[in-house]
Amino acid sequence: MGEEILKVKDLSVNFYIEDRVIPAVDGVSFSLQKGETLGLVGESGCGKSVTALSIIGLLQTPPARIVKGEIIFRGENLLDKSYEEMRRIRGKDISMIFQEPMTSLNPVFTIGRQISEVIMQHQNVSKKEALDRTIEMLKLVRIPLPENVVRQYPHQLSGGMRQRVMIAIALACRPGLLIADEPTTALDVTVEAQILELINELKDKLNSSIIIISHDLAVVSEIADKVAVMYSGRIVEYADVHTIFNKPKHPYTRGLLEAVPDIDMNRQQRLKEIRGVVPRPDEIREGCRFKTRCDCAGEVCMDKEPPFYQVGKNLVRCWNYA
Amino acid sequence: MSDRILEVKNLKKYFPVKTNLFGKGTEFVRAVDGIDFHIDHGEILGLVGESGSGKSTTGRTVIRLLDPTEGEIIFEGRNITNLKKKELRKVYERMQLVFQDPFASLNPRKKVGSAIEEVLFIHGMKDRAQRRERVRELFDMVGLRGEEEKYPHEFSGGQRQRVVIARALAVDPRLIICDEPVSALDVSIQAQIINLLTSLKDRLGLSYLFISHDLRVVRYMSDRVAVMYLGKIVEIAPADEIFKNPAHPYSKALLSVASIKGSGKGRKKIILKGEVPSPVNPPSGCRFRTRCEYATVYCGEAEPQLKCIGTGHYVGCHLY
Repeated sequence: MGEEILKVKDLSVNFYIEDRVIPAVDGVSFSLQKGETLGLVGESGCGKSVTALSIIGLLQTPPARIVKGEIIFRGENLLDKSYEEMRRIRGKDISMIFQEPMTSLNPVFTIGRQISEVIMQHQNVSKKEALDRTIEMLKLVRIPLPENVVRQYPHQLSGGMRQRVMIAIALACRPGLLIADEPTTALDVTVEAQILELINELKDKLNSSIIIISHDLAVVSEIADKVAVMYSGRIVEYADVHTIFNKPKHPYTRGLLEAVPDIDMNRQQRLKEIRGVVPRPDEIREGCRFKTRCDCAGEVCMDKEPPFYQVGKNLVRCWNYA
Repeated sequence: MSDRILEVKNLKKYFPVKTNLFGKGTEFVRAVDGIDFHIDHGEILGLVGESGSGKSTTGRTVIRLLDPTEGEIIFEGRNITNLKKKELRKVYERMQLVFQDPFASLNPRKKVGSAIEEVLFIHGMKDRAQRRERVRELFDMVGLRGEEEKYPHEFSGGQRQRVVIARALAVDPRLIICDEPVSALDVSIQAQIINLLTSLKDRLGLSYLFISHDLRVVRYMSDRVAVMYLGKIVEIAPADEIFKNPAHPYSKALLSVASIKGSGKGRKKIILKGEVPSPVNPPSGCRFRTRCEYATVYCGEAEPQLKCIGTGHYVGCHLY
């Protein structure tokens, strides 16, 4: 299948807080083909956002530091790039949509200015041309009356509209890679459905690769082709979206899917729960990270970390498949 | 009548957004605009809707944290709409509230055990040893045996929610209003709290008003479900019925996008156009008409009333 646009190899990110070292991301590897969508799923603190921020070079250092690994984008290692070089890549080749559209937009500039700024920054076009392109982008994300909206300020728009503007900004330069970090978490369900449909449609139109990050497996199932499930800083299972949902292998993935009530379930059937609490990333240093909450944990899980096993179409980090 | 623990009649809650010189409201957010429902003993009523639909305001008004603008709240056969603060204390021994954010609802400087002891003290349990015993029992009940001496920050989100539930149970209430009790929690923890709430209900014979935007959770928990849109209940029906045969166009759309486990691609979904209009100036007639694909001229003129279309199934739409 097509060309490889992104390859993350053995990425490790540590946070240095006071005298503690917290391994937020620990040896994460994956690759992404052109036009492909990868879903990164996991609970809070599993390192999914940190992985995304490392790729786009927005990780705050300190406290964070990338201690190991490579991020190869179109054949070049992004970690070797200077600040200036990254600035030119960001917004043009790689862009990002965040969860909260209100805090990501500047309240004192008009929508038109914020979008055309991106276009002018990265492309050699006149102000007039940039404005035309802006209106075109707003049409693309289906904002009604774009000629009026370019003169409006973020507070005049609703949450869903703001997220559309964010998508317009992110896609203004037709990036090769779009990272969407919980793009619909702050939105209502009916609006969420609209935005997911829009992303799906634009994906086909612009042929961008997408990394979508979410805690909600269902959201990921709407748009992803491949899914990587993260737990405590590492990928524990990787497979195509169909396989993940129908034949999950890792006990954590299975648990996550079972923990959400199905639409035709009722109280008579008790929900399967994953016992215990999500560990802090620095809590478990040895063995499988999931051992404290796993029902199938054996002796070997306690002190040796499992490698990836190929089981059917899944890649699973679990000793049960050894 | 006597099997109803709560009955709400024509409840309205308006918040002033503009006031005149004398501090009197001239323009209002009609957060809740005339709703009726009831909850039977031992029943769980789910209340769903998007943000701004008025579901949280309903919860807070029912428990009198907010004073209703109009309407009646009848709890255990007694009209509590106009009770004074002091009289309400007695009501709070029978009705309690669990909020979404378990960190914001616990005092960070107090050990969780003594926070609950305080509740018991206020409600008249003056004997210290007795209070201690009761706190131990409560912590046992919510699965936090022996953790009374900790501070809130020492707990994870799910455990904190357990503490909040223990506190709500301290006075032995009959009705608990759960306002998005699992929304702030991780998926793997949500199931634990949901299971806890259901087993407590069975064990103690509680009733819940279960407010949530998560349809899957509401479906799982509830006996009956009420769907709210812009301050109105547009449909109310037994949970099985409403999820199988939603009648109102809004419920249909809402339930069709409710993410179902498994690959979502290719599933037929109804994508609504536009967004929820402002509750300050809701559309005339049917409030949903601006986004409804079946809307006719008539929908703009008359406000639909709830009509019975099946056993316990009521819908507010001119199509029926």
